[in-house]
Amino acid sequence: MSGTILVLVEHRDGVVADATFELLGRARTLASAASVEVEAVLLGSGVDDLVGQLGAADRVVLIDDPALAEFTPSGYHSALVPVVRDRAPLLVLAANTGVGMDVAAGLSMATGLALAAYAIDVTVAGGSPLVTCQLYAGKINARVRFADGRGIVTLVVGTAPAEPGNVAGSPPIERIGVAASDGRIRFRRFIRPEAGDVDITRESILVSVGRGIGERENLELVEELATVLGGVVSSSRPIADAGWLPRTRQVGKSGQRVKPRLYLALGISGAPEHLEGMRGADLIIAVNTDPRAPIYGVANYGAVADVIDVVPALTKQLRG
Amino acid sequence: MELIVLLKAVPDLTEELEIDAAGTGLATEWLTWVASEWDEYAVEEALQLKESFGATVTCLALDTGSVDELLATCLARGADRVLKVGSFERPPDSHTAARAFAAALGGLSYDLVLTGVQAIDDVDGQVGPLLGAALDLPHVSVVTHIALATDGKSATVNQEYAGGIVGEFEVDLPAILGVQTSREVPRYAPVSRVRQLLKTAEIGHLDAPADGGSGLIVEAMEVPKADHQAEMIGGNADAIAARLVEILRERGLTSGSAR
Repeated sequence: MSGTILVLVEHRDGVVADATFELLGRARTLASAASVEVEAVLLGSGVDDLVGQLGAADRVVLIDDPALAEFTPSGYHSALVPVVRDRAPLLVLAANTGVGMDVAAGLSMATGLALAAYAIDVTVAGGSPLVTCQLYAGKINARVRFADGRGIVTLVVGTAPAEPGNVAGSPPIERIGVAASDGRIRFRRFIRPEAGDVDITRESILVSVGRGIGERENLELVEELATVLGGVVSSSRPIADAGWLPRTRQVGKSGQRVKPRLYLALGISGAPEHLEGMRGADLIIAVNTDPRAPIYGVANYGAVADVIDVVPALTKQLRG
Repeated sequence: MELIVLLKAVPDLTEELEIDAAGTGLATEWLTWVASEWDEYAVEEALQLKESFGATVTCLALDTGSVDELLATCLARGADRVLKVGSFERPPDSHTAARAFAAALGGLSYDLVLTGVQAIDDVDGQVGPLLGAALDLPHVSVVTHIALATDGKSATVNQEYAGGIVGEFEVDLPAILGVQTSREVPRYAPVSRVRQLLKTAEIGHLDAPADGGSGLIVEAMEVPKADHQAEMIGGNADAIAARLVEILRERGLTSGSAR
């Protein structure tokens, strides 16, 4: 079996993302099963220093160009399409992040390689990849193959450990020039979260609320419970979108990844984007009115009930 | 300025999903269909841009047999025109959807195309970036803020990353944006108004190919058998609270001692 597994490297501020190490770790396992090599594809400007973090790869394909100093969807797309066409890889692995989503689907349409998105597992059987994808907000899993045996996979962050792929080393570098630059999308700046609010990644106890709390007024009940427990209130995306809590309190794919001793999920159904941010908590307790909510798949304890009833009862009993 | 919003219907997740007899898709017979949540954000963003900048908003939905109400709702909210695209027995894969929208857009003029960043059923990737590549137009996904330049030739957009970091980009128009969320909660469309529009509104139709496929073979679909399932606590609120207090005490997680 010839071929290669290409891993798209994500990096910012001189640091390779954990999501990339998760991909590299998985790629190593798959490469052994399929007898192929792992090539990390690194795009950027003056990023030779990052190669030392990519020891899990057999080779680093480096596309270094001032136009790639920061990620842009069009810049990455036009640089990657020729690489993927030339190498005819068995697999292209990207993380299911903003960057990965932007790049993977465009690559699929441009190169004709099929794409399996929202993947939570990839194996190789008989030389061809088998992918498990998470659909319908985590309520259905689909097992898919590529019709021509090769394809692109975007892997949900947090579904593989980062450690096996986080290996220092000095893999050989293959430098590739940018064939054609596409400047139709121009990076302007990063807007970083304002400091000042509590850092939920450092809290031991998070009392986290989702759509199930119903009304904004009910946040008071949750604040009371958090105070009694000595924790702070965090949330799923809809609560932050509604402006009920600051964005700094949001747990999940586009918020924070947290690992508290206790994560109390109140009225949170557990969409994959949310689970990505909290499945590493020591103890997860979920209260939700939907008995089929995916949150129970990661929780240690669950109760099917209205949080508006349970929260005041819990606060009262904790106060003794 | 001409804005186009792309929508599709997806199963209503508040109802139980069942797998079909072949084991490779959803049993669609009893499903209720609703607009994809992120497409609704795209509609709201388009209407916000219309109000602040002056624009026409055209909404396109894949014709999967039950999208009249979805499109009438777009009109009730303030869209100027609605069109059904192609003809599909069931919701197509994203590659097919992107090719159908690409064909439909060929006959329209537009400066900006908005769609939901993702949908709950797009196993073969998201329609926005697929469409961008199909039409060779710039595309940005996970967009949370859109501002149009006064000359109407570019837009400034925010793209969201993990950890609350946001990238700001300037994008030449025409472009395609995958909307993550709108600046306001999608506006309410009075049911009576939607009903009235269903009777009176003109819903156009654009031909589009329905073939091509995604290159993926779905071998099986299943309700995940969690390798782990929470230990469930029964009883009323007081009983649940009592058991939770026990669990927290056992682990030393009461009275703020965890800090």
